[in-house]
Amino acid sequence: MDKFNKLTGIAAPMPLVNIDTDMIIPKLFLKTIKRSGLGKNLFDEMRYNEDGSENPDFVLNKPAYRETAILVAGDNFGCGSSREHAPWAIKDFGITCVISTSFADIFFSNCFKNGILPIVLPQEQVDILMKDAQKGANARMSVDLEAQEITTSDGDVINFNVDAFKKQCLLEGLDDIGLTMQKADSISKFETMSASDRPWV
Amino acid sequence: MTAPKTLYDKIWDAHVAHQDDDGTCLLYIDRHLVHEVTSPQAFEGLRMSGRKVHSPDKTIAVPDHNVPTTLDRTEGEVKNEESRIQLEALDKNARDFGVHYYPVDDVRQGVVHIVGPEQGWTLPGMTVVCGDSHTATHGAFGSLAHGIGTSEVEHVLATQTLIQAKSKNMKVEITGKLMPGVTPKDVTMAVIAQTGTAGGTGHVIEYCGQVIRDMSMEGRMTVCNMAIEGGARAGLIAPDETTYKYVKGRPHAPKGEQWDMALEWWKTLFTDEGAHFDQVLVLKGEDIVPTVTWGTSPEDALPITATVPFPSDFEGGKVDAAKRSLDYMGLEAGMKLTDIQIDTVFIGSCTNGRIEDFRAAADILRGKKIKDGMRAMVVPGSGLVRLQAEAEGLDKVFLDAGFEWRLAGCSMCLAMNPDKLEPGERSASTSNRNFEGRQGRESRTHLVSPAMAAAAAITGHLTDVRDMI
Repeated sequence: MDKFNKLTGIAAPMPLVNIDTDMIIPKLFLKTIKRSGLGKNLFDEMRYNEDGSENPDFVLNKPAYRETAILVAGDNFGCGSSREHAPWAIKDFGITCVISTSFADIFFSNCFKNGILPIVLPQEQVDILMKDAQKGANARMSVDLEAQEITTSDGDVINFNVDAFKKQCLLEGLDDIGLTMQKADSISKFETMSASDRPWV
Repeated sequence: MTAPKTLYDKIWDAHVAHQDDDGTCLLYIDRHLVHEVTSPQAFEGLRMSGRKVHSPDKTIAVPDHNVPTTLDRTEGEVKNEESRIQLEALDKNARDFGVHYYPVDDVRQGVVHIVGPEQGWTLPGMTVVCGDSHTATHGAFGSLAHGIGTSEVEHVLATQTLIQAKSKNMKVEITGKLMPGVTPKDVTMAVIAQTGTAGGTGHVIEYCGQVIRDMSMEGRMTVCNMAIEGGARAGLIAPDETTYKYVKGRPHAPKGEQWDMALEWWKTLFTDEGAHFDQVLVLKGEDIVPTVTWGTSPEDALPITATVPFPSDFEGGKVDAAKRSLDYMGLEAGMKLTDIQIDTVFIGSCTNGRIEDFRAAADILRGKKIKDGMRAMVVPGSGLVRLQAEAEGLDKVFLDAGFEWRLAGCSMCLAMNPDKLEPGERSASTSNRNFEGRQGRESRTHLVSPAMAAAAAITGHLTDVRDMI
């Protein structure tokens, strides 16, 4: 799994609430059998006009935000489908950190599996970062996962919480399946017990 | 004495295969449902690391999202190349890894969340996962069921477990009874209107109360299906006689002694008196009326008697979201919902593609015609639902009214197959999401119950079905 440790880059503001997985990556692009190459279709319907040309008003198309690495978003980011194509597209675009007041559960979990750090902060702090992100190319934020700190372009520091296990997995790029397989004994013990308690399963 | 437990606590406790000091658990998975869209990368991951499917006998694969639903679908190849590749990948993966499989030409094929219960794979007290957020559907049986991403699909394929932290408990009680014309779809949308799409985030919802008790299994599946639209990963309903009656005799349900043993355990699956819920919502069944959505989020749900809201009716970020929704949906604030003209009606999906849904729609349509120019289709949730409906003569009712009678699949719910809306087209749809672009680029979706969809097909605009019964 991809590691995440420190990141400094341009933050883009997307204050819209309830940005759903259909907005992040429309189903048209779910027909792939690969994980890569989805970045060009990230936010496809907002980002491109019907004729395929870029919508110049969309934030990621503005000159200042073409190299965005951090997204500051409205409430309930990533709601809707379980499609991991959403974080794949975000990652492929080059964004590895999303900050919001809240995330949908499945999307949140999918981020960690792909080296993306989703950060939940209270509204006041998201408001500060949203303003910072609105500065355009000057909005270079830093995110330090080890220290659990975000530093704004003005040098202000905001701390954030992250689940200890998920943090370790991101920092070390640990493979979940490999970790679980180390517990194979517990799993087979459970299966033996289950076979006698619930033989119909 | 042990502390009183919720239904969720009990199922959780029965499936913890390992617990770390920080509380992170390995949750054992009893049933893993697989479809073609979210699984190819997971099977590829197994191949690349030389891993096998840990429990092929607990893994069930069925193609649903991409499959065409036209009657000629088994003649010749699927025309869209990417869809065809994805369907072929599932076919190969299912056969290579030896999992249970219902291919497109099998009469049992259908939407994975309809096939699982129908075949008796889904049973009370189980843990059920699928790379699909509407896995919540299976909670209707008192099984802990939720959607997972593709990395987790691979994890479950390889280990039959999931790394999980426990969610919080939320209770949604619907008291009393429903009035005529009000259906489980209206109940589940009315709940989301209250909680919002993030209200259930981090929670497992247990639905209870007399209205839920009185519901059929089909109705309960509709309610649990949309738990995810309220942000909850899973919805649950305690099993009871209705559940046992539905399950008994299904191909993969336990039989003989094992049935008795299972039943004994299933009867312990309820929330103990005094168990703690982190959130509680109570609605009166009598207060719920036929409900429709006006905007682009399932929380934009209102009684059919209401008017389209003004952005100023909202607060915070929702003000701009409402403006954007009105613009996208091409609606004027203040107009009556019943004045919204529609051109397409879709009846189907894992939310409303079961036999009871078709009976409800057919009851409204019998002897009537859909409005001139209306495009209307019924897409059964499975081949067996289709056969059952035909045995009851419902296909004739739909066809006589002017509907198309299709083969099973996800179809226009998410428009990955050829069934979709053109830009600007507006549907009354029995599906579960009204997101921007959900049914096709620039499509406009109004979520409704099957009876309301039928009513709208006749009149050509959103209609209060209570005026037709």
